[in-house]
Amino acid sequence: MSSRHGSAMRLKALVRKEFLQIVRDPSSIAIAFLMPLFLLLLFGYGVSLDADHVPVAFVAEQPSADSRDFESSLRGSHYFAVSPLRTMPEAEQALREGTVNAIVRLRANFTEQLRRADGAPIQVIVNGVDANTARLTLGYLEGAWGNWLARRAEASGRALNVPVQMEQRIWFNSEMKSRDFLVPGLVAIIMTLIGALLTALVMAREWERGTLEALLVTPASMSEILLGKIVAYFVLGTGGMLLTVALAVWQFGVPLRGSFWLLWVCASLFLLAALGMGLTISTLARNQFVAGQIAIVGTFLPAFLLSGFIFDIDSMPLAIQAFTHVVVARYFVSIVQTLFLAGDVWAIVLPNALALLLMALFFLGVTWRKSRKRLE
Amino acid sequence: MPSDLAPILVADRLAKAFVAGQQRIRALDAVSFAVAPGSITGLIGPDGAGKTTLMRLTAGLLVPDAGTIHVFGLDATRDALTVQASLGYMPQRFGLYEDLTAQENLDLYADLQGVPKGERANRYAELMHMTGLQPFVNRLAGRMSGGMKQKLGLACTLVRPPRLLLLDEPTVGVDPVSRRELWEILDHLVTGAGMSVLLSTAYLDEAERCQDVVLLHEGRLLDRGDPGEMSARLTGRTWAVAAPERCRRRLQMTLARIPGVIDAIVHGDAVRVVTAMEGFPPALATLPEMADSEATPVPPRFEDIFVDMLSRHATAAHVPAIPHDTPAHDGAPVIRVADLVRKFGDFRAVDGISFDVRRGEIFGLLGANGAGKSTTFRMLCGLLPASSGHLEVAGHDLRHSAATARERIGYMSQKFSQYANLSVRQNLDFFASAYGLAGAERTQRIAWAEEEFDLGRYHDHLAGDLPLGYKQRLAMACALMHGPDILFLDEPTSGVDPLARREFWQRINTLALSGVTVLVTTHFMEEAEYCDRLVIMASGRILSLGEPATIKAAARSPEQPHPSMEDAFIKLVEDAA
Repeated sequence: MSSRHGSAMRLKALVRKEFLQIVRDPSSIAIAFLMPLFLLLLFGYGVSLDADHVPVAFVAEQPSADSRDFESSLRGSHYFAVSPLRTMPEAEQALREGTVNAIVRLRANFTEQLRRADGAPIQVIVNGVDANTARLTLGYLEGAWGNWLARRAEASGRALNVPVQMEQRIWFNSEMKSRDFLVPGLVAIIMTLIGALLTALVMAREWERGTLEALLVTPASMSEILLGKIVAYFVLGTGGMLLTVALAVWQFGVPLRGSFWLLWVCASLFLLAALGMGLTISTLARNQFVAGQIAIVGTFLPAFLLSGFIFDIDSMPLAIQAFTHVVVARYFVSIVQTLFLAGDVWAIVLPNALALLLMALFFLGVTWRKSRKRLE
Repeated sequence: MPSDLAPILVADRLAKAFVAGQQRIRALDAVSFAVAPGSITGLIGPDGAGKTTLMRLTAGLLVPDAGTIHVFGLDATRDALTVQASLGYMPQRFGLYEDLTAQENLDLYADLQGVPKGERANRYAELMHMTGLQPFVNRLAGRMSGGMKQKLGLACTLVRPPRLLLLDEPTVGVDPVSRRELWEILDHLVTGAGMSVLLSTAYLDEAERCQDVVLLHEGRLLDRGDPGEMSARLTGRTWAVAAPERCRRRLQMTLARIPGVIDAIVHGDAVRVVTAMEGFPPALATLPEMADSEATPVPPRFEDIFVDMLSRHATAAHVPAIPHDTPAHDGAPVIRVADLVRKFGDFRAVDGISFDVRRGEIFGLLGANGAGKSTTFRMLCGLLPASSGHLEVAGHDLRHSAATARERIGYMSQKFSQYANLSVRQNLDFFASAYGLAGAERTQRIAWAEEEFDLGRYHDHLAGDLPLGYKQRLAMACALMHGPDILFLDEPTSGVDPLARREFWQRINTLALSGVTVLVTTHFMEEAEYCDRLVIMASGRILSLGEPATIKAAARSPEQPHPSMEDAFIKLVEDAA
């Protein structure tokens, strides 16, 4: 039998062994299939960075046709859930108790003021504890007020005396749905879970159970043993990617404007880098607990927090922005968000893909150099 | 003994050290020996002797710090790949994938070893016939008993017949039937197929089954050679002393402190004595304590050699005083167990066992890993609720008053359960607090523990850095801190050297003589002899209950006029099947 034939037989046996283990080990299934589904459902349905149906107290001190008209225009918007209250103390109480997030107050002389040239000031009080929602609420209320004034002016045939009008156009995610932006980024998170965390865990398990020791004394080379792991978890990671993309497109209606094949190629590069990280961790940590800790702190959390998946990198402090350059997921998040929402923008995809390639080579290279067919 | 053929393995001044914490441990220190082909060579020694390190060096998995190791005439470090191609290596815990079935494990190793597909059917059939695993080929390895795993591990290692077979502690915790079967397989491989076997073990009785032994202790080579010849050196120095009218435990303690006696252990009805000089010392025979006793010569065993050698190096062990008042076993049971069952899912780990333990008795639970010993123990300590049955400890029904019962018991678990990163003193302080000791009593108990267990000199050492024997002492000191009436010891002596084991049993004897009831689990057949009464357990059931002599007598047959505890165990298992 030729040595090449023997090598192919060994590799096939090692890959088959990995798959049998994945299928039979509940913890692998949990990390490879249940966690991704959970994250998808959570980010697809649960988490939203948009303000929607914000509870607002509406206080008109002297109800009039105008105040009722403004109230009904607020009610017509899905951004607000309006609860009319009679007096200001009642509204303040509601704000303190947290039943409303904002108060819109129309003073008794609202109608009178409305007819004067300098306009009718309305008072808006917003709960600022959650700064993000507060800013959004304020912005929506300003917009609603502006729209209402404009409509009124149009109806009465008078021009609104605003010197400059701003026309807004929002590109790429015109409805500004945060789901469309979060779900593609999940591909990176899920592949980090499978590529880095799961791989580090299963390799550490082989050390713990003493099975690696037995493998090392067989003719299987270290490269074959590593390649067996890489092939199996590459397939599993690709499965995770396909599942996420399919659910994103068909279940959550996220547009995929770029090329699917380009996405596949970039995802494969990222997966190789993630596998490289997982295997590098397993050369450092030979028990599952430590390997899991390193993988979560070293790969999963950075992918979550520092990749631009949720938090915009450009609004981070400079030092942290600089640090994000060593976070592998950062480059891939940038690619998936571009491919999904904008399209094949080569100026973004190419440099990021190159970074992924370099990092994949780096981590796989470290694994290669660090792994000897020895126990030390 | 060394044949004319070139040795298959030569170790020359082999040295290897590891760094653990702040200590540098010399795992192997200038060890030299050679292994003749076509024989079974045993690497014998307690935990920390350097057996596994030596195995791994042989397999090319470690690089020696100094010295060389040659296998088949090749340097095992430099030519690791070539050497590995003719090696079979079974690491501790057998190197099996627990999520794979027996057949899948075999296929994996056959693929990795490049066994041609055409030859497999025959090879598998041979291996299955040899190991008796044919009915279980589709069972997951993780669902197999220790003995089955051991045999499957061996089959995987043998899937392509190696020239040299390395087995690292293949018999630890495995039931005696599987142990005996393994030895039969090995004998067959060596005589039939001309294979060479290097096997490590902490069981000294297994040395006698090897053609050649290498005796290691703390990284140093103590001796090597034919085990029979080694034991023969002690001919005329080994005795069984019987005194039917006296408490054998008291007799043992008396004998152990007589100058000229290097070893005295309870063995069945008698006390087994090894003397420093040939012949039974006349001084001993004339002692008043020995008036009604009778000493008969017995053949030496391999363990005697080890104890003899160790006691020459060792400093005088701390010998506890014999307690004066001896509350005789008053017959009142302090532990009652009736129809005890513990289920995990549909698996019955403990399946309807009943026994009573009397005050001041040493009661043993003997069985292989997975027999249900530890589960029974956890229920007795109130750590695990019983599925059904009656359980009474120190007069308390554990169903209703587990906490009250726990105040009266001490528990020493199988694993080292003191805090490794606290000092010895901090551990003692902590356990004193945990048992609610305060004021003068607390000071007095901690002082007692340090004095009794000779822990004073390790006062400020971290518990994790202690030598194995001292870790065991600390664990026992903590278990005894509150002066319990009942002491539970879960596999207390696995892995310690025979001297440490003897010292440990000295303490147990002292405790029992002062009225403490001791329950101990073990898979050392030898230790069963030290108990007053014991149960033999297998698959959650009690196979036999009684005094060691009675249990052994039940296995007597024309072919086996003097069965050992192991023979008795095997007969019970076979009768039950």
